[in-house]
Amino acid sequence: MITAPDVFGLVLVGGHSTRMGRDKAALQYGDKPQAVAAFELVARGCSRTFLSCRRDQSPPHGLPGIHDVVDNIGPMGGIVSAFAAHPDKAWLVVACDLPFLTEATLRALMSRRDPARPATAFRSAYDGKPEPLCAIYEPSIADRLRERVARDEVCPRRALAELNALLLDLPDRRALDNVNHPGEYEEARKALGATMKVTVHYYAMLREQARRDVEQRETTASTAAELYADLSRLHGFTMPVANLRVAVNGAIVGMDAVLRDGDDVTFIPPVAGG
Amino acid sequence: MFELSDKPIDGTALRAAMMPVPSAGALVVFEGWVRDHNEGQAVGSLSYEAAAALCGAEANKIIVEVRQRWDVTGIRCVHRVGHLRIGEVAVWVGVTSGHRDAAFAACRYVIDEVKARLPIWKKEHYADGRDRWIGA
Repeated sequence: MITAPDVFGLVLVGGHSTRMGRDKAALQYGDKPQAVAAFELVARGCSRTFLSCRRDQSPPHGLPGIHDVVDNIGPMGGIVSAFAAHPDKAWLVVACDLPFLTEATLRALMSRRDPARPATAFRSAYDGKPEPLCAIYEPSIADRLRERVARDEVCPRRALAELNALLLDLPDRRALDNVNHPGEYEEARKALGATMKVTVHYYAMLREQARRDVEQRETTASTAAELYADLSRLHGFTMPVANLRVAVNGAIVGMDAVLRDGDDVTFIPPVAGG
Repeated sequence: MFELSDKPIDGTALRAAMMPVPSAGALVVFEGWVRDHNEGQAVGSLSYEAAAALCGAEANKIIVEVRQRWDVTGIRCVHRVGHLRIGEVAVWVGVTSGHRDAAFAACRYVIDEVKARLPIWKKEHYADGRDRWIGA
């Protein structure tokens, strides 16, 4: 009897997050950055788990990493690098920008895995194509992927489509919706009810309109501008957001600064010393 | 050195504290006073409010910039907060240097940057009972 290969986990954090404008692995939907949250989720079902990193990148948060041995070809580089490190393991490969991914979805993938096929993946709820960044790649696919990389065929979706991967229906339609733009991040945070506590300081006109100089707020806002919009509705602020600056934890930053749990936020109306 | 003060600014004491500096040949002092009119309105008094936690870091940046640009021996700036009557000192800047050119230029730079950059807000209380945050 042949036993199925052991499954190791691989969380992809090596992307450049160009459209997001900041590292997607550092975004936060709950109390942890997404790299850590995805790592912990994947690690529950795998005997060992790694973060897939660029060659020039240290694995964040002290978690174990596997560095790319092939550069600048996106997720495919991480997958072939994982096989290079542990060729006899199957790899559960998961992107770090899937805020709606749950343990139930991963369990559905693992329990319906067919190790005799080169890979097991979900079918996209939108276009029916394989979802390559929440999928199990069996050791038997490793050589095929390396050959494709050598031919500059680096699209893992096409690889799964052409290499006879087992495709499963997604239990939850939006489970693999990914987040690429700041707007999508905000929407995802709202949809997940992701809240955090921030301390907000008010001065001058804002202090008078808020009738307080400091308060603790629980908010779903992801940026300083969005927090101000929410507080404006609450306190009736009349000052346009364009007139404000903001300090977060003592440093002046842009109003599009992404807030984190526990941040100390000071809105700065136009100043007039002297 | 930068400070916020909720008590009246004593220019004489501040000037005395900057002396003596054997290598300094010039002291330039700027005092900003509360004036009884602004933009055609009769002003009765002023209130200043500051984000103290943020002022220090920004003021230190200004001081570093001054020391990069001019050869000064001493810089001191004190800004009032609270309610001020006409004629009170709102801000005091003193700069000592080997020569007057640097002292004048650096003093001018400090007051201009302090006014433009420090998180300090001014409310004018008018003679007719209204009031207004400046710049808001």
